[in-house]
Amino acid sequence: MDTAYLIETVIKVVVILLVFSALAGIGTYFERKILAFMQRRLGPMNVGPYGLLQVAADGVKLFTKEDIIPTNVVAPIFKIAPVITAATAFIASAAIPFLPQFTIFGYTVHPIVADVNIGILYILGVMAVGLFGPLLGGMASANKFALLSAARAAAVFISYEVVSGLSALAPIMMVGSLSLIDFNNYQAGGIGNWIVWSQPVAFILFWIAAFAETGRTPFHLIANDHEIIDGFGTEYSGMRWGLFFIGEYANMFFISFVIPILFLGGFGDGSVLGAFALLGKMAFFFFFFLWTRAAWPDVRPDQLMWLCWKVLMPLAVINVVITGLVMMY
Amino acid sequence: MKMEQFNNRNVSENGYYLVDIEDYPTDGWGKFKRVVKRTFRGELFVGLWVVMREMVKFDVHTIQYPQEKMPIGPRYRAMHEMKRLWESDAERCIGCGLCEKICISDCIRMDTKIDENSRKEVSSYTINLGRCIFCGYCAEVCPELAITHGGEYENGSEQREHFIMYEDMLTPIDVMKAGAQVEFEGFGAITPHEDARVKKTPLAY
Repeated sequence: MDTAYLIETVIKVVVILLVFSALAGIGTYFERKILAFMQRRLGPMNVGPYGLLQVAADGVKLFTKEDIIPTNVVAPIFKIAPVITAATAFIASAAIPFLPQFTIFGYTVHPIVADVNIGILYILGVMAVGLFGPLLGGMASANKFALLSAARAAAVFISYEVVSGLSALAPIMMVGSLSLIDFNNYQAGGIGNWIVWSQPVAFILFWIAAFAETGRTPFHLIANDHEIIDGFGTEYSGMRWGLFFIGEYANMFFISFVIPILFLGGFGDGSVLGAFALLGKMAFFFFFFLWTRAAWPDVRPDQLMWLCWKVLMPLAVINVVITGLVMMY
Repeated sequence: MKMEQFNNRNVSENGYYLVDIEDYPTDGWGKFKRVVKRTFRGELFVGLWVVMREMVKFDVHTIQYPQEKMPIGPRYRAMHEMKRLWESDAERCIGCGLCEKICISDCIRMDTKIDENSRKEVSSYTINLGRCIFCGYCAEVCPELAITHGGEYENGSEQREHFIMYEDMLTPIDVMKAGAQVEFEGFGAITPHEDARVKKTPLAY
């Protein structure tokens, strides 16, 4: 392994960490603004022009707040749980090609940390490990509501891993590779080559599962909204709670990258237009997360499980079987 | 607006009808059909469309309070004001003490003396706004319309006891000279421009 590769990788890691930590903060700003506009409000307006510095104010607040470790909690696990959520979100991003490769100062940059040949499997797997954040955080909290929420979160995450895995399986069979670069190249020919046209069911299923795995609103069961407390994060304060937050929003951004790369052509042929197209698609999927939060109510936990095991999973299996049959004959 | 639609309590003639709710399915096939029907009816997109429409219309109802304020109605009972006579600019208060007597939370305290013109004069007058419940009895009982409630509602205080003095409540003499004293408009008065501001309740989606 030569030094240039090492330096390049470290720089890419640092850039991704910085950009997406900042984006997670700005994402909260967008969320507040868009939700406010949809509810005929103005949202944050006082900190900076149009409330733009609200993110900085929140950051200062989170960083300077006292880090409370309550009595009776299992302190080491309690302390490590938020780190798991944030870390797995960023670790998963290593296999995502954020932009097509470009040349800068005569040096070709691949905006992907590691083009591993099991890309999508790696991403789904590491995102699934992120489950341990809410689970351990809730279980270590010495709070029954946090525990209930952790149990619900575990049930939802594990169930929807099945759906997302099975729905991603059909496109994987078509492409014949797990690398997201190969996915992109498979669809590089233009809109007609997008996998969403041949795999619409898988696309919808994966999208639905993305909502469950990021814990966004139709499936926002990880927070105990009906108990007016914040689920597994109830006992957390300051930056530990902020890490949960960053992890959640970073996950939203990364899954918003993964969906277009899997189904909607990614960055296409790698031109500048293609790069902007990928960012635009990412923005749409991120916006959709906020849009549904304004529009749709939450479902009950039992309805969520019913949806997963009795509707989505059979559909995904049927989809895989039909894809296989079509590919064989 | 006609009141007939509200006064007519005869339910059957008024456009009311019983909603036709079909029974819940009990067998598996019925439940399956219900799921399929609900899935493809597209009701979720109605919700998406409604919030998107409101966002694009950008019909924001927020009043950014410290910078913007709603006009407050003349009947609103906020901080007390002491008025002057239009004829002589003299204080209207004759020191009768009725407001002190009627005050049910005992927050008004006044002292009077006979001045050099053998006229009763208020020597000290305070209202403890920390105790005042803003019931309006003092303004109602005042025979001279001297004490009224103004529209100044921003009277937060760092202490529980927060006294307001006669001099603070009294219309300043320069305001009086400029003819700018605001009179209490009476118990039936409405908020200015209220007719223009009346809207349909924003529930008619």
